[in-house]
Amino acid sequence: MTEFTPISAIAGGALIGLSASWMLLANGRIAGISGVYSGLLRPKAGDIGWRAAFTFGLVLAGFAFVLLQPSAIAATDSRSLGMTVLAGLLVGFGVRMGNGCTSGHGVCGLSRFSRRSLVATLTFMFTGMVTASALQLLGGGL
Amino acid sequence: MNQIFSSLVAGLIFGAGLAVSGMTQADKVINFLDLTDNWDPSLMFVMVGAIGIHLVLFRLILQRESPLFATRFGVPSRTDIDMRLVGGSAIFGIGWAVGGYCPGPGLVSMAAGGVQALAFVAALTAGMLIFHVADEAYKGAVPMKKADSKPQPEPTAHKTERAAGELAESHA
Repeated sequence: MTEFTPISAIAGGALIGLSASWMLLANGRIAGISGVYSGLLRPKAGDIGWRAAFTFGLVLAGFAFVLLQPSAIAATDSRSLGMTVLAGLLVGFGVRMGNGCTSGHGVCGLSRFSRRSLVATLTFMFTGMVTASALQLLGGGL
Repeated sequence: MNQIFSSLVAGLIFGAGLAVSGMTQADKVINFLDLTDNWDPSLMFVMVGAIGIHLVLFRLILQRESPLFATRFGVPSRTDIDMRLVGGSAIFGIGWAVGGYCPGPGLVSMAAGGVQALAFVAALTAGMLIFHVADEAYKGAVPMKKADSKPQPEPTAHKTERAAGELAESHA
């Protein structure tokens, strides 16, 4: 069980919105994390630096919170290692096939009223909710 | 150099936002997706905060001729709904619920050195590579079908250009 934290959720969300806006203003790019990161896996000349920098920024933010507010980033989760590996494979495959994840479709896409992103977001929210609820009912949940 | 530095700043702010909002705690994400008991709607408020800001700033920014450190805006302009979009998003949603991580929180959470986050990012990377290989194989196996409808089938280049497409006209 986790507590409902509306204030920090909105505050953190606002930072995410600011980051996406800054990325667009500075570089004209969409802050879609799966797209930015996966571009590093098949690198093209002149298209690596900004991707690596953005990804490094994410990890660096993680380190900052580990030092300043460790409770924000748990080192242990309730899902088993096997489930987590399966999850990573599905997420990696799915976000490439669907061209985006929570950031690219969910935040950036919905902000510009993209039809594709609305369909994508409704789809992954739906399958996510069905899966998480089913796992809970089957006893594999939290 | 400016692009690299500004991207680093964007990554830092994005990562801080994920940590502040609690989305780096996989259990919180799972408790949003799991509707059976003790529902935690925090994730919805994260989306509201992020979209509320970006919705407004996005429109203001696109009134400029060009970005600060690049020659043009690369905003996707596709509107077609295809099986890739729906199928890929469906698979992503299942994985999201199984692990409690989407790509961003996975990358940020690695810093804590937890075995789950590290394993998630390794598997995420593998999953992306598997898709890239499968996608290339699929395109190699069925080039003829596409050739009928499109005179110059250059799947990879075409897709990249569309993804980085021009500024969509409809975003007034």
